Amino acid sequence: MSPSAATAIVDHLPALPEVLLLVGTCAVMLLDLHVKSERRVATFRLAQGVLLACALATLWVMQVQWEANYSRLILFNGLFVSDIMSHIVKLACYAATSVALVYSRQWLLDRGLLRGEFLTLLMFSLLGMMVLISANSFLTVYLGLELMSLCLYALVALNRDSPASTEAAMKYFVLGALSSGLLLYGMSMIYGATGTLQLNEVAQQVSRMAGNNADRAFLVFGLVFVVAGTAFKIGVAPFHMWIPDVYHGAPTPVTLVIGAGPKLAAFAMAIRLLVNGLLDLAQDWQQMLALMALLSMAIGNITAIAQTNLKRMLAYSTIAHMGFMLLGLMSGVVGGNRLSAADAYSTALFYSLVYVLMTLGAFGMLLLLSRAGFDCELLEDMRGLSKRSPWYAFVMMVLMFSLAGLPPTAGFYAKLAVLSAAVSAGQLWLAVAAVVLSLVGAFYYLRIVKLMYFDEPKETAPVQAPRDMRVVLSLNGLVLLLLGIFPQGLMGLCLTAIQHL
Amino acid sequence: MLLSLSIWIPIAAGLLILAAGGDRHAPLQRSLALGGAIFGFLVTIPLFTGFDVQNPGMQFVQNIPWITRFNINYHLGVDGISVLFVLLNSFITVLIVIAGWSVVENRVGPYYASFLILSGLLNGVFAALDGVLFYVFFEATLIPMFIIIGIWGGPNRVYAAVKFFLYTLLGSLLMLIALLFLYFKSGNSFEILDWHKLPIPLDVQKWLFFGFLFAFAVKVPMWPVHTWLPDAHTEAPTGGSVVLAAILLKLGAYGFVRFSLPILPDASRYFSGMMIALSLIAVVYIGLVALVQSDMKRLIAYSSISHMGFVTLGFFVFNAYGVEGALVQMISHGFVSAAMFLCVGVLYDRMHTRMISDYGGVVNTMPKFAALMMLFAMANCGLPATSGFVGEFMVIMGAMKANFWLSFFAGTTLIFGAAYTLWMYKRVMFGPVANDHVAALQDLNPKELIVLGALALAVLFMGVYPLPFTEVMHGAVSDLLRHVAQPKI
Repeated sequence: MSPSAATAIVDHLPALPEVLLLVGTCAVMLLDLHVKSERRVATFRLAQGVLLACALATLWVMQVQWEANYSRLILFNGLFVSDIMSHIVKLACYAATSVALVYSRQWLLDRGLLRGEFLTLLMFSLLGMMVLISANSFLTVYLGLELMSLCLYALVALNRDSPASTEAAMKYFVLGALSSGLLLYGMSMIYGATGTLQLNEVAQQVSRMAGNNADRAFLVFGLVFVVAGTAFKIGVAPFHMWIPDVYHGAPTPVTLVIGAGPKLAAFAMAIRLLVNGLLDLAQDWQQMLALMALLSMAIGNITAIAQTNLKRMLAYSTIAHMGFMLLGLMSGVVGGNRLSAADAYSTALFYSLVYVLMTLGAFGMLLLLSRAGFDCELLEDMRGLSKRSPWYAFVMMVLMFSLAGLPPTAGFYAKLAVLSAAVSAGQLWLAVAAVVLSLVGAFYYLRIVKLMYFDEPKETAPVQAPRDMRVVLSLNGLVLLLLGIFPQGLMGLCLTAIQHL
Repeated sequence: MLLSLSIWIPIAAGLLILAAGGDRHAPLQRSLALGGAIFGFLVTIPLFTGFDVQNPGMQFVQNIPWITRFNINYHLGVDGISVLFVLLNSFITVLIVIAGWSVVENRVGPYYASFLILSGLLNGVFAALDGVLFYVFFEATLIPMFIIIGIWGGPNRVYAAVKFFLYTLLGSLLMLIALLFLYFKSGNSFEILDWHKLPIPLDVQKWLFFGFLFAFAVKVPMWPVHTWLPDAHTEAPTGGSVVLAAILLKLGAYGFVRFSLPILPDASRYFSGMMIALSLIAVVYIGLVALVQSDMKRLIAYSSISHMGFVTLGFFVFNAYGVEGALVQMISHGFVSAAMFLCVGVLYDRMHTRMISDYGGVVNTMPKFAALMMLFAMANCGLPATSGFVGEFMVIMGAMKANFWLSFFAGTTLIFGAAYTLWMYKRVMFGPVANDHVAALQDLNPKELIVLGALALAVLFMGVYPLPFTEVMHGAVSDLLRHVAQPKI
């Protein structure tokens, strides 16, 4: 091998996880053709193995980069960036996908939906997320986004005989395509103004042009569309309309998948586009984010109260939570001063990670309580759970209190962190509005606890589930409790990640 | 270290009880609960005996970095004000465990676990010297209390539990913003003691004052945000009512002493007129409301609000009599209200009704009980030689120093308090035996006798010889008053 080829391989090392996942997914696809059994144990194991290999590869890349003191590498002609944030968010995405696989297996098996496509689509969408997370160019952002979204559209329609699912998939697809269009339009505007697709070069150009009013107006015009497209993917008001229908209509495992990894990817996308690329326009996009945060918290929390369907309630709760997360994103630059930017963005990252943990647990619980011929979907179905299974009622209680943001759970520190960012940015009124709306939110989470603990059960059948699922779900709840007592580790990690952006 | 033990021993015992499994293991769980509660109480005794009364500062301090990202420390310590509440709380917990011994049959493990965990969290609130640590404990207490009211409460328990939870949550969330604001104002510090020294402009102080006021006024509760309390008290099981009245209400008053007065002295003085007015409304108006209650628990709940009005009155007249009197009143009310609720519990366990009209002539069948309840009723109206007298007398003296009319209105409580308490006592206890159920009543069993007897001793001791209590708090109170007297603008 020639020396230049060797350096090229080393240079491309940070993309090793993506390569592994692509190869692994193809292997899963091929293997699945030869698996006859309904249970598909082999493909599941292989998929988990691939995820584990990706995680190890990411850790290795992280270590190599850390030791070589390259905290931020830009590769493939400026298309791909490898930094600590990308590693951490990717690791969280693997974990979310792996947990989603564990939670959804029995449910899919019971309904005859356990097919190879589920795994393949899931893993390809994960690949899309990874590309998106590491994107350093409008091109890769769009590529990753579409790969992720197209797989998710198909996944929503996994149960093709269900009218609700097909409708949800249709809706998701149409609105998703619309948002992609908006995003592309905004990107083309900014490309037109700056003459480059590469985000770090965009940032240089923007900082040069931001002083000039005519140029700035043009940039802001593009920015509006970029923000709108990103807001669609994050799912914040007023671009939230798809969330309730998709969450409700999709099969619960798919809802779980949509609620976890893609949220992290969308967060990373916001960081890449807005922070890495357009930080000099922060004054402009922060105002938009502030408004969207307020609207999302209000619409999400108030509408969730009226829901009788748990999946729909959690959908609205997602909108509210993403609004909360935006509080962190919109507090970075205060009057042109970027000193506290890393602090603020790291709180948003912390919030997203904790939120994903909570959402995994909440939908996992719905899957746990479902069985062949019965979907646990209504609030009613939680009734008297503490009599049927004290332990899972406890886990669910931890999840609910965490979602409500009460100590001693991780959700509290997530709220504390983003609120501290908002207060430090001088957005006191927004912070007050946020806590008042989170009080509204506390009501519907509390209602679940009330149903589980204070009401008599409708049925007395004990909860049954495969052992791996029970173990992982219990751990999921305990981790939230543990993070609620020792949040320092994850918080510090988030701060390091953002500082090396 | 002692403080950590007093927090974590009850919590560990509570988790152990939960781990012990379902109702099949009820006897084991009861013993575990009693052991945990007694052990938890024993470790707090050295806090009192080893307390240096000459030192007005924090003692038994423990300070470990906890969340360095936000400069949050696991910082514990007690001064002469808070040490008494740690003791009171651990003492009451033992009584609650004994009182529930043969009464609670349904989900025994979670019942005791909730109370023990609650007890540990409450000790944490009183010992915390870090803003976030305080907040975590303060808010976490909501969860076990919510469960206690909601599972073991009366017929309208769900409504009462949710109302309690949301009402108090609203207050504490606004406090969170105030805490965060102080954090940035003080250059990234959550240390409560640092905040005491922080200069803050008056208009900012006013906003912060309201941030804290919501949290603490709801907890106290002050008129007009008291409406959750009668519901919560009435529907809670006996043990729940006891903790609510004896300890949880004290959190709000304690918050005033720890946060509002020393951190925001100028705003506190600025708003003292409003605070005094609200306190007097609570004392007089709620006293009158208590008079017309037909439900015993509701009556005692209103009487609690009225007595807590005395506490806030004492704080906001800003003199040593007032503040010390208020603190003594808090401790005394901890004993007396706990005893009153336990007395109603004794009757309720036998008759399953709280309506005054269902009783009459109980003294004929339960003479021992009637004698003890007489003592507590007298303490509730502030009879000399009971603990109730000391606090009320000191607060009235403090109010007199400030303004004669304040003490005049505050003094009416001696009349209204006597009226509602004794009238209830008369209707329940005296007269001919009202019905067959009353005729069949059994007098106190040994467990009830222990619980009520212990409280009776405490009430009498504190009434006759309050010096050990006032001595402990004296240094801290004069320190606090010096602090409040200095403008911080």
